[in-house]
Amino acid sequence: MSFGYFNYWVFIILLMIGLYTVMSRTNLVKKMIGLSLFQISVFLFYISMGKITGGTAPIVVETVAGAAPPIYSNPLPHVLILTAIVVGIATTALGLSLVVRIKEAFGTIDEEDILEMEDNA
Amino acid sequence: MLLLIAGTMTVLVVRNLFVATMLLGIVSFTMALIFVSLDAVDVAFTEAAVGAGVSTVLYIGTLAMVGSQEKERTKFAAGPLAICLAVGAVLYYATYQMPPYGHAANPVNMHVAPRYIEDSPTEIGVPNMVTSVLASYRGYDTFGETTVIFTAGIGVMLILRQRRRRKEDGKKEEKSPLNKPGDGSLTGLGSQHDLVPHVVAKLLIPFILMFALYVQFHGDYGPGGGFQAGVIFAAGIILYALVFSLEHARAVINEKTILFMMALGVLIYGGVGLTSILLGGAFLDYNLLAHDPVHGQHLGILLVELGVGITVTAAMLAIFYAFVGRADAIAEQMD
Repeated sequence: MSFGYFNYWVFIILLMIGLYTVMSRTNLVKKMIGLSLFQISVFLFYISMGKITGGTAPIVVETVAGAAPPIYSNPLPHVLILTAIVVGIATTALGLSLVVRIKEAFGTIDEEDILEMEDNA
Repeated sequence: MLLLIAGTMTVLVVRNLFVATMLLGIVSFTMALIFVSLDAVDVAFTEAAVGAGVSTVLYIGTLAMVGSQEKERTKFAAGPLAICLAVGAVLYYATYQMPPYGHAANPVNMHVAPRYIEDSPTEIGVPNMVTSVLASYRGYDTFGETTVIFTAGIGVMLILRQRRRRKEDGKKEEKSPLNKPGDGSLTGLGSQHDLVPHVVAKLLIPFILMFALYVQFHGDYGPGGGFQAGVIFAAGIILYALVFSLEHARAVINEKTILFMMALGVLIYGGVGLTSILLGGAFLDYNLLAHDPVHGQHLGILLVELGVGITVTAAMLAIFYAFVGRADAIAEQMD
């Protein structure tokens, strides 16, 4: 029974790692990677919720007459996550391009160094 | 699953950003496999193409410009760790209130999903429910998301494409401390002498593009659709640009075409919506597009997916071109 939550626990662990990476690392690219991990963990959570044991992918299959109708997993989370992934990469790209500009402006992508330079300026 | 945890832990620990990026790709790919086992084939498709393909390329593109070594740091971040553990503990506690995994009677599966599952085959006539929900029932959402991608593409272009302003001579030689090791030209990847990648890429690229088109137009029946097809198509062209050179890729599709395509995709989507208004229905009401509603739905979904596919392809390419173009500009300045 308790094993039934396994997916959720993995989600939590991934989420914690992602969050910790974002908060503790000062390198901006590393922060973006942490954000991606965070995102992936949320995807896992949604998809796990939509899964139905013994179900199949939500694509209509022809059934043999008399056989039990197939159980489909929930298509809704799939749709949400599908678009979220693509939007996620688009926003990640935006973030990375900002990182590149920061590198050009400050010569570093380390948060602490940047703050120091700001203070000195 | 355990592989995932191990992978992410290493991402956290590894100092070299290049290695971390590669590991992120592996984590994404593992995640895609897990999605398949969770019946989410469409999602797995996207995750494999995006997470393991395009995003890795983008990260590496960034690293080529910013250098890949993380600063050595000994300070132990206790505050964030505490917060993380607290969040984790709260969430862990919350899982005990969650309905058990995989039951058909869970609240998530009780609300609108049964209607989608039961009625979409007759209402929409498209076997792949994910496609019908994506493009028809939740057409507004998807329109919004397409626009987000469009905006992000434009944003990246604007941020990265500006020519670096040559400050009048006085400041010119400061040239911000970019000439550290790690800066490099990405076109260098298209080496003239690497025979094996050239041959393999030549063989593969036509199939990748074909496959993308198949995914695009077969999205109604099997897993697939505009988002996936767009990403795969873009990946094919990115591969071409990486193995040969950016100039070759620009010769195939130049930036003006991409800009045009990005807008075209959103316009197709919006146009379908407006057409249905003009025909006397609501926005994105496909039933009116043809004589009988099911045909109308087919047509509407096909067109909308086409719009999505075009926008996604163009936006991904725009982002990629912007990154690579930037890297080249920097490399030229160093010479």
